[in-house]
Amino acid sequence: MPGLFAVFRKEMADNFSSRRFLILFALILLAGLSATYTAAQSIRDAMSSADLSDSFVFLKLFTVSSGTLPSFVAFVGFLGPLVGLAMGFDAINGEYARGTLSRVLSNPIFRDSVINGKFLAGITTITVMLLSIGLLLGGLGLRLIGIPPTGDEIARLLVYLLVAVVYVSFWMSLAILFSILFRQAATSALAGMAFWIFFTFFITMIAATAAQTLVPVDPQEPQTQLDNAYFQMGVARISPATLYQETTATVLDPSVRTLGPVMLSEVIGMVPGALPLDQSLLVVWPQFIGLITLTAICFAASYVKFMRQEIRA
Amino acid sequence: MDERSQIAIETVDLTKRYGDLTAVDRLNLRVMEGEIFGLLGPNGAGKTTTILMLLGLTEPTAGKARVFGHDSTREPLKVKQMVGYLPDNVGFYEDMTARENLLYTADLNGIPGKEANRHIDELLLRVGLADVADREVGKFSKGMKQRLGIADVLVKRPRIVFLDEPTLGIDPDGVKQMLELITQMSRADRITVLLSSHLLHQVQQICHRVGIFVKGKMVAEGPIEKLGAQIMGGDPVVVEVEASPVDDALLDALRKLKGVTGVDRVNGTLVLRCSKDVRPDIARRIVGSGAALSHMRIRGHVLEEIYLRYFREG
Repeated sequence: MPGLFAVFRKEMADNFSSRRFLILFALILLAGLSATYTAAQSIRDAMSSADLSDSFVFLKLFTVSSGTLPSFVAFVGFLGPLVGLAMGFDAINGEYARGTLSRVLSNPIFRDSVINGKFLAGITTITVMLLSIGLLLGGLGLRLIGIPPTGDEIARLLVYLLVAVVYVSFWMSLAILFSILFRQAATSALAGMAFWIFFTFFITMIAATAAQTLVPVDPQEPQTQLDNAYFQMGVARISPATLYQETTATVLDPSVRTLGPVMLSEVIGMVPGALPLDQSLLVVWPQFIGLITLTAICFAASYVKFMRQEIRA
Repeated sequence: MDERSQIAIETVDLTKRYGDLTAVDRLNLRVMEGEIFGLLGPNGAGKTTTILMLLGLTEPTAGKARVFGHDSTREPLKVKQMVGYLPDNVGFYEDMTARENLLYTADLNGIPGKEANRHIDELLLRVGLADVADREVGKFSKGMKQRLGIADVLVKRPRIVFLDEPTLGIDPDGVKQMLELITQMSRADRITVLLSSHLLHQVQQICHRVGIFVKGKMVAEGPIEKLGAQIMGGDPVVVEVEASPVDDALLDALRKLKGVTGVDRVNGTLVLRCSKDVRPDIARRIVGSGAALSHMRIRGHVLEEIYLRYFREG
């Protein structure tokens, strides 16, 4: 792959030195710091009254919200897309606008080196960013609560970070796709924002409304209530934000055994307790694969579209 | 251009259609190694499309394009290794310095860092940008960017360069510098140059041969003097003379001059069609006949005639 690593190196340097990226990095870091700090405070308060040593306290650092501040996981849920969009929205149309693409492509490299290099650099940047923030917060939390994580907890944290990387990468892929579809950087940025707002904030309302209209609940028929709930869940799962939430909730909380409605008959005889990591993963495997698939689809569409595009601006 | 020199660029019935529009229509072009060939034509004549097809960046609808024997469509990497391309409105990464931009190009060409650094220093010196090498390109003027473009093209040590409108939008001083750089490149490094332009006056000074390109078709090709000859009916030079008194004896004498093929009298001005510039002889003859010579000039540059003939109607 001649040229791939040249493009990769340049894009990495660009990402890490761009003001846009540094601002978002600082934003997530600050949000994470305050979320973890307040989470640690409430955990310490709870610890003095009860023994929590066997209930995955370390993971709670990332998932507990103090009421005023959302948890770190929730912050990543709605700021992560912003990072992804910011990294990708002018990836290709910016090159056209500056007149650099034809110059770069007149060098002995394959055309796909450009788009592959940009994707790889983006994903690497996201990984470095989330991994460093995650580990930094873990270290801070450790100091604050003083209870060391178990191996299982560390593994769960790493799996969570991987999920977050895939989630942010999805938004970056979408932004790159828009940067190929639209010639104006402003248009692709706005299109990305529209998707972000729709999938993050409106999808639950739309799912509820759609379920109410299409599968109305009949008080006489208990089955309709269940159908309604499943339908609503199905619609919400179109959104990558929902997939992220469900995956995260299960991976970071071993006590979550199932997503969606649970029958009373199913609860009878259930042994309360935590699931091992592989069982937790099994619960959210479809969601996780769904996220990866969405990312891959965006990449594939970008790739095909880019390869067929005329080079002249 | 001795006979042993290789064919650098060759196209055979090269055609590109965009829907109903034929951008390039069965182009047959041959440029020899070491030549400076000017692709002249009005905007939208298909010059850029031709260059992109030669580079393998656009696929031809029909026909072949070859660069030193390599098919541009089939072996684009081989072609792009030998060819430097300066696009019209060349763009650089504005938040990177001139040197960083060139280093990126070197990296794309797989040139190792140490060698690239030395070569880039040389090139920046050559295009007169050594003192601003570490300044961000965003602050460069158009002329400076264009010169940086020349350096960028030379980073890969090409055998051929394609320059698309290299003198467009820069001031006369910048144009002069650009043309000098191009000539130097052709002489010192024996690089074949294919340049496209619609600014005849600027490129005619440096091109060995030109092709006139109108609506995707090559309508005339050859050295500029010869093109002039085709257009003006075999007389490349027309001399206007005002003298008094003019009598038949003088007219006869002028007609008999070697190199003069015709003399007409138009509103008191003598119009001499000549096969070459024989103004000194004409002056001598007029003065020798006792008449007073009050004005003499070569009328209408050959290129203007070419321009009027092809570009306006195109």
